[in-house]
Amino acid sequence: MELIFEKSRPGRIATSIPKSDVPEVAITDIINKNLLRDDVDLPEVAEVDLIRHYTQLSKRNFGVDVGFYPLGSCTMKYNPKINEEVSRLPGFTSLHPYSPVKFSQGSLQIMYELRQYLSEIFGMADFALQPAAGAHGELTGVMVIKKYFEKKGQKRSKILIPDTAHGTNPASGALCGYSIVTLRSNAEGGVDIDHLRELMTKEVAGLMITNPNTLGLFERNIEQVSEIVHGRGGILYCDGANANAFMGVTKPGDLGIDVIQLNLHKTFSTPHGCGGPGSGPVGVRRDLVRYLPLPRVIKKRRRYDWKHDFPDSIGRVRAFYGNFNVMVKAYTYIRTLGPDGLKRVSETAVLNANYVRERLRAAYDLPYDRICMHECVFSGKRQVKESGVHTSDIAKRLLDYGYHPPTIYFPLVVPEAIMIEPTETESKETLDVFCDTMIAIAKEAKENPELVKSAPLTTAVSRLDEVKAAREPDVCWGKA
Amino acid sequence: MDYVPHTPEDQRQMTEIIGIKTVDELFSDIPEKYKLKGLLDLPPGLSEQEVTALIKGISIRNAVPPITLMGAGVYNHYIPAVVDHIISRAEFYTAYTPYQAEISQGILQAIYEYQTMIARVTGMQVANASMYDGASAMAEAAGLATKTLSREKIVIVRSVHPEYRQVVGTYAWANGYEVVEIPYGKSGQLDRDALSNAMDDRTAAVLVQSPNFFGVIEDIAAIEPTVHATGALLVSAFTEATSLGILKPAGEMGADFVVGEGQGFGNPMNYGGPYLGIFASTDKFLRKIPGRLAGATVDKEGKRGFVLTLQTREQHIRRERATSNICSNEALCALAAAVYLVSLGKNLKKLAELNVRKTHYLKRRLSELEGWDAVFTDPVYNEFVIRCPDPKMINRKLEAAGITGAYDLENDYPELGNSLLFCATEVLTREDIDRVVSIVA
Repeated sequence: MELIFEKSRPGRIATSIPKSDVPEVAITDIINKNLLRDDVDLPEVAEVDLIRHYTQLSKRNFGVDVGFYPLGSCTMKYNPKINEEVSRLPGFTSLHPYSPVKFSQGSLQIMYELRQYLSEIFGMADFALQPAAGAHGELTGVMVIKKYFEKKGQKRSKILIPDTAHGTNPASGALCGYSIVTLRSNAEGGVDIDHLRELMTKEVAGLMITNPNTLGLFERNIEQVSEIVHGRGGILYCDGANANAFMGVTKPGDLGIDVIQLNLHKTFSTPHGCGGPGSGPVGVRRDLVRYLPLPRVIKKRRRYDWKHDFPDSIGRVRAFYGNFNVMVKAYTYIRTLGPDGLKRVSETAVLNANYVRERLRAAYDLPYDRICMHECVFSGKRQVKESGVHTSDIAKRLLDYGYHPPTIYFPLVVPEAIMIEPTETESKETLDVFCDTMIAIAKEAKENPELVKSAPLTTAVSRLDEVKAAREPDVCWGKA
Repeated sequence: MDYVPHTPEDQRQMTEIIGIKTVDELFSDIPEKYKLKGLLDLPPGLSEQEVTALIKGISIRNAVPPITLMGAGVYNHYIPAVVDHIISRAEFYTAYTPYQAEISQGILQAIYEYQTMIARVTGMQVANASMYDGASAMAEAAGLATKTLSREKIVIVRSVHPEYRQVVGTYAWANGYEVVEIPYGKSGQLDRDALSNAMDDRTAAVLVQSPNFFGVIEDIAAIEPTVHATGALLVSAFTEATSLGILKPAGEMGADFVVGEGQGFGNPMNYGGPYLGIFASTDKFLRKIPGRLAGATVDKEGKRGFVLTLQTREQHIRRERATSNICSNEALCALAAAVYLVSLGKNLKKLAELNVRKTHYLKRRLSELEGWDAVFTDPVYNEFVIRCPDPKMINRKLEAAGITGAYDLENDYPELGNSLLFCATEVLTREDIDRVVSIVA
């Protein structure tokens, strides 16, 4: 498909600018010529060209509204349309962040009450909504930990991270100056308690776990984990990427979690927009609230206001208050579902994952064979051994059947990993057809491996040369 | 309403196949004493009709001002109708990060085109697929400079947006480098002597904003030799993206990084977000910059296609040794920016000129008032600082008229005395401006 630059023709325009209604003055009388540019090199197309270009591009893209999207760890549930609709109300979109608080009471109410709801759902004392995405929330959470020890006058230089963790965890820890120590998983996919005991010294600021972990397994020894970490004065951090598994069932705060970050674009159904905007609220236990980012919304009688005076705060992690418009969608979702709805979400997400686990266990290896939470992780090891078909081939073959493939090659502890997260919004029929397809691909792998290896055969482009992309980088048209 | 499609019969069949009697059994890994006995203490669920009424009711507790005189990092621009039409296409907004390139060619190509347009407007060779916002983009550039040069000091100009300076400060504290602030000069541009004095062989980067927080356009070409003389890197930032339509790009004047806020390109003000951080650099840093990069390549048949590339920079491969921890960015906002830039095309320059003219008119009219004086003499884009008799009273008068007033500089710049930062974009008509002048006079 042509690039927009290749469609450009000198003199075409897609928009017109109003005529100036103020007294005419030469720009060079206002701004010195040496500060001005001559021209701006942007495409010249008509409006219809623009619309067709992007409409054609959209047809070369796959979203949840197009089909099943069991991308593990990403919670690609259906995004209710009403959330989109109300988030576009002009009262929300047209407001400047520095508007007088008198003009902003509605926005402040959304933020204040969203914090309260999240605190109740996760059993934390309070939340901060400023972080723009999950990894940003992690970074903020680790900053809170750093500040906590700084205020206590304790020097702790290390942070423990399980071998199953998302890459953002060690990266966030490192950005806060911590050295990363990897904690082993045990045979059943949980924290290796003996290893934790050995590693958890007075030099360790805390442990960043993901619960349920990235194998989709609930940390059975959470009580012991909490005792060991807290017993040595550490902080127990939870990556809340997998929060879709336990809403209304249990609360991380009750399990001993001190800091948690969420992903509103996963658990709370706000769409992921091809990679953002997300929103990564951070919740903390009571004595850590003072370290959260500023400013914070407060409520005095029935009036909301901003408060900036938090001397112990880590400061700002972003300009303004966070991805407000995303919060409107999450708020609407929570109000729509209510407490029984949220519980049914988690129960069904877990039911669906276990159903898929059960249906596929004969066709694919299941390295951790036990009840899972909201996602299940298979291994394509058998297929590699039998016919040289890799997990990546299976994923590409799924494209031909009209699916977005599961997350693959993650977590790193499972060779040829296939991580399936169906979410609660998928019906039994959808899961059945998907499982039938996975079983059929396993059969194809055996009987006709070349077919699977040559997939996809039906997409706009076939397999792309990633090595060339990295060796001869072309990230800007006309510059390569 | 919970959006779960299962009927009781579906659920019965599924539990039977799994081999359990009740769904509760699936949660047996959770110690019994930690299981909630009752429901969460939340308001009861609502139908779509009820929730719509509820949220509409909350939205009208906000006032939508007919006139906004506030800029200060977020700008009220007209957004062409095409932008919302495109970003409302579900194939875009309901997709995840394009990990599976073959079914993500749409967004990958759109991002590649976005990167190209950003590189062109900033005058750089490389731009990434976006960061969280302008402030975090600046902080990432500072961090990258300290790591790349193994130096531990950042110099930042006081006329950089106060919240950007705070974000840089937070990241610097966490990552363990020092931030030194240098003043602006009398005429509004940075104090060049102070810059020279601050530079040493420990300095990793100089962070400057143009137009700066006061709307004043910095002379990047003039400071570039001073910054590079000690081997430091020059990070030129902006908060008002439309200024790129008219100002000489920092990339053409020797900046190593251009970072900034892309909100002005087709994204609504949204009470602070989501926006998009723009991050651009010279070729030299291609393999070091944070964030996603879409790159062109070919498929098995030699057909052009796009992938996420140079991923070895990123956290999911490099973990604690990654350039940055960023994962999700602001892709849909970047798509909006791309559509906006295609829609405006070469008219971006005309639009920027209109902003300059409106601002010039507002500035002239206010300066004519008794006791009102522009504080800086250096040229501005679409914002300016003006000293006036009683800033608080003026903003109260505007607020009483339903208008979002100007930014009061008292807290962030007490040294400026009674000063307000006014902004005028293309959406203000002459009539609006005249009305504002008559209210504050």
